[in-house]
Amino acid sequence: MSHVHHASRSFLSRIKIEEFVLSGPLFTRERPGKTDSRKYEGVNNMEWLSMERWSPYVVGIGIGLLSCIAFLLSDKPIGCSTAFSRTSGMIEKWLRGGIAAEKAYYKKFAPSIDWEWMLVLGVFVGAFLSATLSGQFQFIWVPNRWLNVFGDTPFTRWAVAIVGGIIMGIGARWAGGCTSGHGISGTLQLAVSSWIAAICFFIGGILTAALFFR
Amino acid sequence: MLKTIHKSEKLQLGIGCILGILFGFLLQKGGVTKYDVIIGQLLLTDFTVVKIMLSAMVTGMIGVYLLRNFGVAALHPKPGSFGSSVIGGLIFGVGFGLLGYCPGTLAGAVGQGSLDALLGGLVGILIGAGLFSEFYPKLDKGILNKGHFGEITWPQLFKVNPWSIIIPVTIGVMALLFWIEKSGL
Repeated sequence: MSHVHHASRSFLSRIKIEEFVLSGPLFTRERPGKTDSRKYEGVNNMEWLSMERWSPYVVGIGIGLLSCIAFLLSDKPIGCSTAFSRTSGMIEKWLRGGIAAEKAYYKKFAPSIDWEWMLVLGVFVGAFLSATLSGQFQFIWVPNRWLNVFGDTPFTRWAVAIVGGIIMGIGARWAGGCTSGHGISGTLQLAVSSWIAAICFFIGGILTAALFFR
Repeated sequence: MLKTIHKSEKLQLGIGCILGILFGFLLQKGGVTKYDVIIGQLLLTDFTVVKIMLSAMVTGMIGVYLLRNFGVAALHPKPGSFGSSVIGGLIFGVGFGLLGYCPGTLAGAVGQGSLDALLGGLVGILIGAGLFSEFYPKLDKGILNKGHFGEITWPQLFKVNPWSIIIPVTIGVMALLFWIEKSGL
């Protein structure tokens, strides 16, 4: 249902992207001679990639395993918010030059591309691939839940998103991490700081959402 | 062998990117790159976010502590203080409730075409991070270090073997998830 709803508002035909990717040499919906596997597995060999949703537990266990690989191969916990801070520093350096590089915070977190920055870039690419394979990729301004309560004006959604983003950007740096760095990677290490921060993320988020959607 | 991999900067950038692609793929398949799903969690009507986070935490906790027992991984807990973790956490939460994405899921939302994430959230987070760096020297002298407790973990705090915490946490989380499923959330 929501599918139809979105499609009517999309700027770009999602079918075109789906056809573009699925007709490419890498991804085919069905391979000749493999139809028997459907009976056996219940799904076609590649169909799970084009599913719209996976069980949250499959996703969660997958992310847990990714965290283990990150510790093993990169000696790093998965995190995202520092990459935004580095990007901000790169922009500031570009706009203001040397003054930005002298800032104490950027001496601690150099404004340059690192492992975590590449990870966040990867998240963007991975989500694009997943959304395209399931035909969910579409340009939308106003999410459904917002639309039902606050209407379909892109400006209001944009204004609240930018204010929320500013507050989140400050909060993530203030707490030293985000829902990935503290919420998953920190809690799994049983770090005291992360358990406290993660609980506060949700207390703040639940109260704000409750007031906002009242 | 692992040390050589850790030290190769170029290889690390590649590993980071591949892990990110898999992470983003999983986040999108889990539905948590969607505003509706995240706000549903904060409004306590859709527990997808909690289900994903808790199952990731338990899997990662057992895996990473096992790797550590085998001597092939080291922990990197972040330092904390009440001024930083509590106040910062609550500020983050207010942003979370208004934006409806967190930094990681925002990158994923941009990847699936959400323009509110790209032109609103991303721009906002960059401005916020820039503002923070501006006030960092003052904050660092004051509130950020109030009630400092450092890079401590629960097993270190209680001076116990990590597994005597991992096992009860695993059982507790599984019971909670079982209860969530049973209540149909």
